[in-house]
Amino acid sequence: MEQEALRGLKADWAADRRTFPMSWGKAMMWLFILGDAFVFGTFLISYLAARAAATLPWPDTGKVFALHVGGAEVPLLFVFLMTLILMSSGGTMALGVAYGFRGDRKRAALFVGLTALLGAIFVGMQAVEWTNLLREGVRPWANPWGAPQFGASFFMLTGFHGLHVSIGVLYLAIVAVRIARGVYERRGDYGPVEIAGLYWGFVDIVWIFLFTLLYLW
Amino acid sequence: MGGTSAKHAESGLHHAHEPTSFWTKYVFSQDHKVIAIQYTVTALLVGAVGLVFSWLIRLQLGFPGSVSIVQPDSYLQFMTQHGMIMVIYLLTALLLGGFGNYLIPLMIGTRDMAFPFLNMLSYWTYFVSVILLFAAFFVAGGASGAGWTLYPPQSVLEGASPGAGWGVRLLLLSIAVFVASGTMGSLNYITTVLQLRTQGMTLMRLPLSVWGIFVGAVLALLAFPALFVGGVMLLLDSLFGTSFFIPIVNVFGQQLGREGGNPLLFQHLFWYFGHPEVYIVILPAMGLVSDILANHARKPIFGYRAMVWALLAIGGISFVVWAHHMFVSGMNPYFGFWFAAATVVIAIPSAVKTYNWLLTLWRGNLRFPTPMLFAIGFVSTFVAGGLTGLFLGNVIADVPLHDTYFVVGHFHLVMGVSAIFAILAGIYHWFPKAVGRMYNETLGKVHFWVTFVGAYLIFFPMYWMGFMGLPRRYFSFAAVETLPPSVQGLNVLMTVAALAVGAAQLLFVFNMIWSALRGKRAEGNPWGATTLEWQTPTTPPPHGNWGPELPVVHRWAYDYSLPGAPRDFVPQTEPEPQPAAAAKAAKAAKSEPQPEEGSGA
Repeated sequence: MEQEALRGLKADWAADRRTFPMSWGKAMMWLFILGDAFVFGTFLISYLAARAAATLPWPDTGKVFALHVGGAEVPLLFVFLMTLILMSSGGTMALGVAYGFRGDRKRAALFVGLTALLGAIFVGMQAVEWTNLLREGVRPWANPWGAPQFGASFFMLTGFHGLHVSIGVLYLAIVAVRIARGVYERRGDYGPVEIAGLYWGFVDIVWIFLFTLLYLW
Repeated sequence: MGGTSAKHAESGLHHAHEPTSFWTKYVFSQDHKVIAIQYTVTALLVGAVGLVFSWLIRLQLGFPGSVSIVQPDSYLQFMTQHGMIMVIYLLTALLLGGFGNYLIPLMIGTRDMAFPFLNMLSYWTYFVSVILLFAAFFVAGGASGAGWTLYPPQSVLEGASPGAGWGVRLLLLSIAVFVASGTMGSLNYITTVLQLRTQGMTLMRLPLSVWGIFVGAVLALLAFPALFVGGVMLLLDSLFGTSFFIPIVNVFGQQLGREGGNPLLFQHLFWYFGHPEVYIVILPAMGLVSDILANHARKPIFGYRAMVWALLAIGGISFVVWAHHMFVSGMNPYFGFWFAAATVVIAIPSAVKTYNWLLTLWRGNLRFPTPMLFAIGFVSTFVAGGLTGLFLGNVIADVPLHDTYFVVGHFHLVMGVSAIFAILAGIYHWFPKAVGRMYNETLGKVHFWVTFVGAYLIFFPMYWMGFMGLPRRYFSFAAVETLPPSVQGLNVLMTVAALAVGAAQLLFVFNMIWSALRGKRAEGNPWGATTLEWQTPTTPPPHGNWGPELPVVHRWAYDYSLPGAPRDFVPQTEPEPQPAAAAKAAKAAKSEPQPEEGSGA
């Protein structure tokens, strides 16, 4: 039984049809995500290695990223909101893709556009966070609380991820406009929306790792 | 989704209009053949600069002080840039960008790459990275002289190595841009091989050239990220004063305001890229050589399946051996055991490939045009260089040999010379197809023999020098009191050989240019080859490659000297002489829409 399944798998992969039953663009996006996952993975491992090697104590992220609400200090509140927004944008994107496949042009455009908007808000909040940290004296080469590698890693990782989000916002905005104009409807193929969704999902997932390793730990 | 009819419809989309203006046809072209030639010519021009640098290095070593522009600082700069240029901007760009672009669509029977625009973008991004690379020579302090590995802290600390300011920054930027270009290219090559094969072209019917380039592209996609990340972090260390890689450093008694960085981390990142990089270069080279050997031996490649699995095995293992470059770096000595063991394991698939090449030649109907000579030269230098890898892969032998000329001899023979031999073999072999004219055989043979003998004269003595303990990267040995007496004489010999080999390359350039303009007109399939690129309707192939109908593949790529066949080769497009019913059944099984049900075929 298993042997037959294995043989079938091999026959499918080696056949003269497409190796993966999907459009070229979708296959390429998966490959891109694989490569980009290696980039982020290497960044994160490098950050962990740098953190392990740092000679000065690592700043307490709970205090660094705390927000003052009515006199009380709530740790990680701001970044929690950021995370909430980005995760919600994953949901709106999924809705946009689903409406696209149902041929609901207006709702698809609306939800993909909303996703772009949520992404833009995320980037805006990231800019606020950077400004606050810079005001408190955090620099790539130094910070008031300890290891200089903290600021370096923070700006590098969130900067690189923020770049991905910003590119995604632009990408999704273009896709939303194209949906609204009926480009995919005329072609009878909402595949490109799903491909954009793959990219956005990847950017979302990367943030979970960043959030865990950079803020929570 | 899936199925061949949709595939053909999709591939027709891009080729409704043939470009007509000069700019879209030759400069910003999206045709894979034009892009391939752009990549090849650019890479060869950049390589020529790298070659001149190697002359300057050799002149200083053979005849110290004979060339006034070679000073201790500039010697290091020439050496660093020679390495960088040859490994990345020549070999990687030419084998993936040049041969990958030319051969993949033609050999798998498609009209172009999956994403022609991305392909064009890939070339022009590469072009920008080349400009950045050379721009570094013209900034204050000049280009980086930190060695091609760019180890921090010395590569980014002012005064520690030449070009530690903008020189190294521009180089790092150039590398980042190159990674972007290489990633765009690799995505295209992988997608094209996986999704665009023509009817009948199963994975196990692919010519080995395509397999080699494919596995090389996968390695590029997964290994370049480490170079990118290491490069970005090093750039931040240089530009923004971060301390990822820079520990507490005293410079002339002054403590720099850095602390807590980890220089070993960069070495890990660099070699996590650097070792697969060797295979990014050599796997496509192996593929080209396999096809050229089988063709000119008029024999099927020996052990096709083993060749494919060996390529995949080498590609996989290459990701877990990187720290064998770091045995003396101060990393945990226990790591050495694992990395040495994994390294030696690579010898198995490499030996499988070498034996298979030799057995392909065994009792073949050999003919020796220039591409065949270079292909055999590849096997020779690959063995001569590869066997010394066993010395360097073992911790105990590596420790005394590390950073000596033994290492220089090893990697030049195994991945420098042999990769160049594969490239030259490939250029000669596919020149008639790409240009439509034959090259001059006499000039080609002179080119080969001077290059082949010269390469051994340059690099083989390095093994001896390394055993004598001669350290690499030294500008002058004048102060070394224990210098073995044979060294100076050998250095003179190697320098003379290097100049002769360099001159022979001019012969090659002349041959290519003259033959492209005046050479004898080539027929469509001058080598009697089986693969698809030799069956195009015109030579050179037209835009869209195949005319109205895509080719249909009926057999593997190595039906040479088939008993009973009228000629000593059978093209892949020729149907098997089968009963009609059996052929029909096979075809029905292939066009089954549900993959799960097609497994019985």
